Amino acid sequence: MSKLSLRTEGDTHLVVTRRFAAPPEAVYRAHTERDLIQKWLLGPEGWTMPVCVSEARPGGKIRYEWTNGKGGAFHLTGEYVELEPYRRIVHVERMFLPDQTPDNHVETRFVADGGGTLMTIRMTLPDAQTRAAMLATGMERGMEASYQRLEGII
Amino acid sequence: MEELDAAFAALADPTRRAILARLAAGEATVTELAKPFSMTQSAISQHLKVLEDAGLVASRVDGTKRPRRVAREGIEAMDQWLAMMRTALEQNYDRLDTVLAGMDQKKGKKQ
Repeated sequence: MSKLSLRTEGDTHLVVTRRFAAPPEAVYRAHTERDLIQKWLLGPEGWTMPVCVSEARPGGKIRYEWTNGKGGAFHLTGEYVELEPYRRIVHVERMFLPDQTPDNHVETRFVADGGGTLMTIRMTLPDAQTRAAMLATGMERGMEASYQRLEGII
Repeated sequence: MEELDAAFAALADPTRRAILARLAAGEATVTELAKPFSMTQSAISQHLKVLEDAGLVASRVDGTKRPRRVAREGIEAMDQWLAMMRTALEQNYDRLDTVLAGMDQKKGKKQ
């Protein structure tokens, strides 16, 4: 039920869906309120987010900085574009690893689903090639899978 | 990680993705690569240079030939980033489940 699903749509989109056992209001707040974001948006085990800026209004800034406490660090910057409380968030983001990744336009929808929420994140990459490059290198571990995928997209 | 940007940029071209896919199946020389793509060797060489600069393709010297192969390290850097993305997403949402459960309890206490 709660398993993450990740699929492509059209030429430039990636769609992530996930169900939560909480109402849309709670899931929306957990995506926009600083204190809540810092509790879960942390990536792999051992990482924390000492810096979290989330100005939840159109044009508001987003800045997340992660560290593993062992010298490892990366950050993300972005801007909120549209916010419809408890239903929809539109924002733009890019990662610095430290190299900057292409801008990712993200629309996140929260829909009441039974007693819980169905969240759908639709990412739009700048062009088909960028997304193809992302998928080509594989969303799953394993070199062979990557190569097969690489051949599949031609 | 330094070459990650260059790697993504290099793969933004369909011919270069095709060359990489061909090399994933095994080593090949410029001549061998030029045939199936019906391109000149000089055009193939230019694409190979972009892929080499991005750390995605490596070569070795074999007499007068210079067979190219996929540079695993380059692919792995991109792969690692994407695997990290998926794993991070899964772990994040598992954590979010816990946070949401906590929010629910707090609400309950207030009422």
